[in-house]
Amino acid sequence: MSQILINNVQKVFTTPGGPVVAMKDIQLTIQPGEFVCLLGPSGCGKSTLLNAVAGFQPPSAGEITIEGKKILSPGPDRGMVFQEYALFPWMTVAQNIAFGLEVQKKSRSDIAQTVNQLLDLLHLKDFRDRYPKDLSGGMRQRVAIARVLALDSPIMLMDEPFGALDALTRRNLQDELLRIWEKLGKTILFVTHSIEESIYLADRIVVMTYRPGTVKRDQIVDMPRPRDPSSAAFNALKRELGALVMEEQQRHANAEMKLAAVD
Amino acid sequence: MNKLKSLMHGALAPVLVLLVWEACARAGLFSAVVMPAPSAVAAKWWAYLLPAQPQAEGQSYLGWLLSGELLHDAYSSLYRVIAGFVIGAGLALPLGLVMGANTRIHDFFNPLVQILRPIPPIAYIPLAILWFGLGNPPSFFLIAIGAFFPVLMNTIAGVRHVDGIYLRAARNLGVNQLTLFTRVILPAATPYILAGVRIGIGTAFIVVIVSEMIAVNDGLGFRILEAREFMWSDKIIAGMITIGLLGLAIDTAVSRLNNHLLRWHRGLEH
Ligand SMILES: Nc1ncnc2c1ncn2[C@@H]1O[C@H](COP(=O)(O)OP(=O)(O)OP(=O)(O)O)[C@@H](O)[C@H]1O
Ligand SMILES: [Mg+2]
Repeated sequence: MSQILINNVQKVFTTPGGPVVAMKDIQLTIQPGEFVCLLGPSGCGKSTLLNAVAGFQPPSAGEITIEGKKILSPGPDRGMVFQEYALFPWMTVAQNIAFGLEVQKKSRSDIAQTVNQLLDLLHLKDFRDRYPKDLSGGMRQRVAIARVLALDSPIMLMDEPFGALDALTRRNLQDELLRIWEKLGKTILFVTHSIEESIYLADRIVVMTYRPGTVKRDQIVDMPRPRDPSSAAFNALKRELGALVMEEQQRHANAEMKLAAVD
Repeated sequence: MNKLKSLMHGALAPVLVLLVWEACARAGLFSAVVMPAPSAVAAKWWAYLLPAQPQAEGQSYLGWLLSGELLHDAYSSLYRVIAGFVIGAGLALPLGLVMGANTRIHDFFNPLVQILRPIPPIAYIPLAILWFGLGNPPSFFLIAIGAFFPVLMNTIAGVRHVDGIYLRAARNLGVNQLTLFTRVILPAATPYILAGVRIGIGTAFIVVIVSEMIAVNDGLGFRILEAREFMWSDKIIAGMITIGLLGLAIDTAVSRLNNHLLRWHRGLEH
């Protein structure tokens, strides 16, 4: 099965102001079917790690393997859902979903069948011939999820997919995502900076430190789903993780103050 | 009702100008050779539109109806615009696509493009006659040059400005280089390309009128120059109006096409 092994990974960006160590010494093993959230304040390297797994930006040191195979480039075995949706605006909803299948040269009838199933699964039936510009943010993200599901990849990478949505839509999509995950058994690596979101969704939360991004805490969430955000256990964990994230946030703020002082 | 009102509102200024113009002409403020009355222009335009000869034996009614000088001229001009534009844009589009996609090809051609681009198509007239003689070919050449550069520059810009997020999404879906180009880069660049097409058609239309003044003996540009030789100012103005109408028709058609091809585009409301 598709185990993700992140082995001692480091990423250094060269910038005009000198090298920036975006992440360092990251050591993680993600089991097939696991729902893992990467949690941390802005700038702590969550996207950098996700992009490395996706194959967009190879790490500067260390390696990432899936089923023992080293990742060298992006590929449809790791479907990515972007925060900016990244739907193709010149394609309708159905065409966006079908595109990955056309690329794989699936037969027309297979494509039509898969597209119809996904439109059903994500409640997009009435929107199949709309263009993305005519959809709400929540609808667009549904299409983006459907587009990735069409690939039938064992792994889904999601970079703050619900970050731009209002609270109600967000909860709604979180529930749908859990439903799909339980039904299809995907491995999900999900980036968020919302503590509540990570507890609501994940089997396991990886809290990251700010610059260099390292693993601060690898936390198993052992609560039955559906989880109740008002329950005592939920809130206890929320406070605990909140303190961790706050520390990093503080280091972030201090770092910026220092930078400002140097200027 | 509201529509009618705004229509009347819009018609006010033109009608006023026509009335003043007509009144001045009738009062004899200027000679009819310098500035004919609008009614005279309208009459001329009508005569220019209608067939000159009576319906000939064996000629179909429609054929006869369309045999007027104006329609023939408009058709000739339109034909030249389209042929020249297709040549110019047909060369500019592939070149722009490869220049936009490949930096080395861009750097190879760019100096040449930058040197040639500021030369107005009109400046090519002597060369066009020397190379292509008389008739349609020099017109095609000049119009093609007029259409070439706007389409080229916009195509390059369009390909270069494709949002990286689409490229990443596409690579994530596993596309190869060719599919990336035809299904992602090309459609993403169409708003730019079509803006270039619109500018290119506009330039082509200017150039066709000028080019007809030098090398051919039909077309709207030729007709108004010919009318000048006989001092038929009413016909000159009738010809100019026809040029305006044809330009408007072309622009409307292109804008319709635009709206259709870019129906997915955020910036467009229809
Ligand atoms: N291409 C790049 N060049 C230089 N520095 C970069 C680049 N990409 C990211 N960084 C830096 O690396 C660090 C981590 O960035 P990253 O985007 O991974 O953070 P993040 O945790 O995803 O933040 P956010 O929640 O804001 O998305 C940041 O400090 C950022 O400035
Ligand atoms: Mg990020």
